[in-house]
Amino acid sequence: MKALHHKLWRDLWQLRGQVIAIALVMIGGIGTMTMAQSNYAALAGSRALYYAEYRFAEVFARAKRAPLPLMETVRAIRGVREAEARVTGFVTLEIGGYDEPVTWQIVSLPGPDDPGLNRLFLREGALPSSDGEVVIGEAFAEAHGLRPGDALVAILNGRRQLLSISGIGLSPEFVYQIRPGDVFPDFERFGVLWMRHEPLAMAFDMDGAFNDLSLTLTRQAREDDVIDALDSLLTSYGGVGAHGRDLQLSHRFLDEELGQLQVMTRLFTAIFLGVAAFLMNVVIGRLVTTQREQIAVLKAFGYSRFEVGLHYAQLVLLMVGFGVLPGLALGAWLGRGLADIYMDFYRFPYLAWTLEPRVIGLAFGFALAAAALGTASGLHRAFRLPPAEAMRPEAPPVFRRTLTERLGFGALLDPTARMILRNLERRPLRSAMSVLGIGLGVGILVMSRFQSSAIEEMIGVQFGFAQRDDLAVTFTEPTSSRAAHELAALPGVRVVEPFRSAAVILRNGHREYRTALQGLPDGADLKRVLDADLQPARMPDDGLLLTDYLAGMLAVRPGNTLEVEFLEGHRRTLEVPVAGTVREYLGVGAYAGRETVNRLLGEGAALSGAWLSLTPGARQGVVAELRTRPRIAAVTDRSAMVQSFRDTMAESILTFTLIATLMAASIAVGVVYNASRITLAERGRELASLRVLGYTRGEVRALLLGELFTLTFMALMPGFLLGLGMTWLLVQGFASDLYRIPLSIPPAGFAIAGLIVLAATAGSGLLVRRRLDNLDLVAVLKLKE
Amino acid sequence: MSAAPNVSRTDAVPVFRAIGLTKVYRMGEIEVHALRGVDLELFAGEFVVLLGASGSGKSTLLNILGGLDAPTAGRVECRGHPLTGASDDELTRFRREHVGFVFQYYNLIPSLTARENVALVTEIAREPMAPERALDLVGLGDRLDHFPAQLSGGEQQRVAIARAIAKRPEVLLCDEPTGALDSTTGILVLQALERINRETGALTVVITHNEVIARMADRVIRLSDGRIAGIEHNAARAAPEALRW
Repeated sequence: MKALHHKLWRDLWQLRGQVIAIALVMIGGIGTMTMAQSNYAALAGSRALYYAEYRFAEVFARAKRAPLPLMETVRAIRGVREAEARVTGFVTLEIGGYDEPVTWQIVSLPGPDDPGLNRLFLREGALPSSDGEVVIGEAFAEAHGLRPGDALVAILNGRRQLLSISGIGLSPEFVYQIRPGDVFPDFERFGVLWMRHEPLAMAFDMDGAFNDLSLTLTRQAREDDVIDALDSLLTSYGGVGAHGRDLQLSHRFLDEELGQLQVMTRLFTAIFLGVAAFLMNVVIGRLVTTQREQIAVLKAFGYSRFEVGLHYAQLVLLMVGFGVLPGLALGAWLGRGLADIYMDFYRFPYLAWTLEPRVIGLAFGFALAAAALGTASGLHRAFRLPPAEAMRPEAPPVFRRTLTERLGFGALLDPTARMILRNLERRPLRSAMSVLGIGLGVGILVMSRFQSSAIEEMIGVQFGFAQRDDLAVTFTEPTSSRAAHELAALPGVRVVEPFRSAAVILRNGHREYRTALQGLPDGADLKRVLDADLQPARMPDDGLLLTDYLAGMLAVRPGNTLEVEFLEGHRRTLEVPVAGTVREYLGVGAYAGRETVNRLLGEGAALSGAWLSLTPGARQGVVAELRTRPRIAAVTDRSAMVQSFRDTMAESILTFTLIATLMAASIAVGVVYNASRITLAERGRELASLRVLGYTRGEVRALLLGELFTLTFMALMPGFLLGLGMTWLLVQGFASDLYRIPLSIPPAGFAIAGLIVLAATAGSGLLVRRRLDNLDLVAVLKLKE
Repeated sequence: MSAAPNVSRTDAVPVFRAIGLTKVYRMGEIEVHALRGVDLELFAGEFVVLLGASGSGKSTLLNILGGLDAPTAGRVECRGHPLTGASDDELTRFRREHVGFVFQYYNLIPSLTARENVALVTEIAREPMAPERALDLVGLGDRLDHFPAQLSGGEQQRVAIARAIAKRPEVLLCDEPTGALDSTTGILVLQALERINRETGALTVVITHNEVIARMADRVIRLSDGRIAGIEHNAARAAPEALRW
């Protein structure tokens, strides 16, 4: 077998250009898969480990104010293993030298008798040893360069209080640290703060009471039963509905991310390996054809069919190896890079990124499956070919007039164009696959342009068109309409639009969803709801407007009624008609007129907060003034938040676009280069004959390039459609009640995708140009086809 | 226009004049002396057969005359214009304007019909004949729109000849034009070549190792081991249909 091995390596060397092209495509696929899968493993594994080690609770509940002795009853609920009462709340905070509004979620630390759920991981410093000390979240500390020993000023229940930082910490509860109701994290303006229970209870007027509950469950417990028991227990204490991890904010975002990694793995791996399979199919098919006589000789000399088959299978295996090994390396490198980006967004004490044997096995498995799919027919041909038949040359190719000519446009074509079209038509399947392959490259490029423009569209619609306030103010409690007048009286405030917002559970049969019902003022201009065409929608006199995605989740249409259970006030449960749907990209919600909400709640003209529009230059003064008002729980600055998000996302979007562009280009080059090499191999003799007949190098080049560009141009339109389709798949895969990414691709995205692929085609043409120019005119004439 | 075969050539201007042509090329480790100092003059209207065993250098000579290859030493000129030292572009132009090639394996473009294969050349030539006329000359006026795969070997070769002559070349170079054909079909091809030579007056050079074909030539040049071993003048050209092998 030694001689056969020599042949193997020499064949491989002969095919090196195409082997590299295939390897590039495979590296793209295996690289993406490895990157996504290794990070999936890292995120899921680190999360599980972190949750277990730091005792992340399983059920969460909030109440307005419940007495601590109630905990005994809670612990007695069937299925509850441990329960921990806490005080949490939102406060505003001053940091020296930073005048933007900052919201804090403040959480009490467990006392010595508590089971210690949601434990802190201390990155630096120590737990608070006195009442004035706090631990702050790592992301916020990094954003502001805060260290243990630094001081903060918090407005706790109306009193300015000086706090000292004792440590920097992380919690499994806040892996994804985001303000409730937001979609993008903003580490500069939202932070988490941990403080001892007693001083916090005092500050929030919760002495001997709690407003937040975390539970772990026994192995046999049924989560839904425990949640029901908790809900009925806490109702009279202003409970707003218990929930499991599935509705815990940080956990949900992590779940979404994991889901997206899976979508990405499936989509990209399928595309890349599909293209690789096609390329291998062409290369091995061609090789077996050109080596017919060699196969015959081998068989004639006594090599078995298996040995000959194995010989070509080894070639395929080597090609797979050239793709998988660098693909794994690339995937590992990208994976580590992505893990670093994740560490910015998802705060784990450590992200245990490893290249698991399972991922490596998966990479080889997928690549081998693709190779088997692509080369089975070629290998089978080598295996089956009877020696005597193989000695004879293959029958000459049969050509027909092309469709264009049969349709009567033949006169428009010159012989070069005729040759090109007839060649493409003669192998319709291969031409179609080439077009599909190039089209996939175009599609991925289109898709790679989609992310940044979609996010711009989301921001534009949500924060440019729907929400147009300068500041959003939330009160600690529902307040009388006088508060709005007070806000309007502040210097620099131009318009005040007060709103009423209430936590509700919306039910339709067995489907239910917890959200906020927002009551908007008449003729609201700072917050508008948009219809399906993104035009401002009129608020109905009666009934609710639902986000279209939410209407889908609840399976209701305009005209149906919903059961609305209020989780505050008189906790009424009412049947309310659905008046229509609205379109939103971020979150889902229910909307009604403010008076309608007040009426449904059975209350007077109460407010939950207000949107403000300011005169230019007034922001800083208004924020400083608002900070001193005790009844104001939070102040949100939309534009600053959006800007911060853009800054945070800029790097990862750029990385994604760059990687996707490189990969798409590798697909385009791989397919086009292969097409050009195969054309050259199959028709070198023909092209050389033309040269002998007096055709110049330029004219012969035009023939080959003409074929390549014809394929590419044919691929552009399908490619654009594929891009739209893949983006649609991605958008569908990513859609959730947290956010929906709009299917928005700018026209320039299509143009850039097309240009890059055309450039790749020209590049492939250059790569084969040398071979084309050096065609051996003499030798080729002596060769039998 | 047809030239009398036995006239002395010393006063006429030759189409090709080769002096001391030598060609050495390397095949791996070995130096192959394909031509070892060939002097030769070929004249308009002549039908010349280059006869020799394989490896005698006849193909190399033909390739150099046709501008496909360059000699290692020596000179060759066509109508007084040197071919040696000409650039690739000049050689391409030379082939395009002056030379018609016929190959053993036809080298037709499979994706083009007979007519289109001929048109391939007429479209880049200066004063070509119509492709239909060229195909008529080789007796294929009724098979214009057939693809190569629909034609027999002899028919394919005649398309190749039509393609070679359609540009009205001064020189028709044929490398084993009957090598891949049976004798009956081969004779049809030779008839076509003879007729073209007679009617267009193109210098026709045919390479073969088939002695029988030499009988239809004006001159027979024997090559052996890279040298001219002898030149014979036939008193009368035999008609192709009289040949048998």
